[in-house]
Amino acid sequence: MFMIVMTLSLVIVAISTLLYVYRLVKGPTTPDRVIALDAIGINLIAITAIISIVLSSSAFVEVILLLGILAFIGTVAFSKFLEKGEIIKNDRNQ
Amino acid sequence: MKKTHVKTNDVIFQTVTKVVAFIIIIYSLHLFFSGHYTPGGGFIGGLMTASAFVLMLLAFDIKTVVNTLQVDYIKLTATGLLIAVLTGVGSFFFDVPFLTHTFDYVQLPLLGKTALATAVLFDLGVYLVVIGVTMTIIQTIGETE
Repeated sequence: MFMIVMTLSLVIVAISTLLYVYRLVKGPTTPDRVIALDAIGINLIAITAIISIVLSSSAFVEVILLLGILAFIGTVAFSKFLEKGEIIKNDRNQ
Repeated sequence: MKKTHVKTNDVIFQTVTKVVAFIIIIYSLHLFFSGHYTPGGGFIGGLMTASAFVLMLLAFDIKTVVNTLQVDYIKLTATGLLIAVLTGVGSFFFDVPFLTHTFDYVQLPLLGKTALATAVLFDLGVYLVVIGVTMTIIQTIGETE
């Protein structure tokens, strides 16, 4: 029963990721693609958590926080590029 | 894409960064010290510390971050390499081959019986080199005229 629930949730998250990939490919504007990438990152966190429950191992717990941090930094860098044209400024007061 | 010349205000992003950067640095230190028995180690710890610095670079600017951290990353890389080589050279004083590592159980005041391995010192070198190289690459590319 437990494995059925875990497999079912894994399938649901996988379908959701595939729909995000559709938005990533199809998305008319760049912000659509950035948000799709961010959501794919969050779905990867969910997949990692479910896999680590299925394998009953705590070795992937670090990966979860790592993916969260990397998805955040990546999205922030993309949004800053879209808004200002440069990612890292020399002096923001100029 | 339409470029607006209105002065933008990053107050939410900068406030979030002031909290999140510390969380990332503490997490990177956890990854660094847990490298002996669980996944982690100097490489991923250094990358996470560098990503905290990159987040600060994104929220503020190069001038502010350089003034805040006051670190010369090339010297940091050299220090890391020196530490890594010295842990190898240190094994010569005990008549064992180069880079032979050892460990011992020590009674620490707060932690109790702890296994202290000299491999952590080698990992410290890797940690510093990874931070130095990553930040040198990103700052050099990020500096625009």
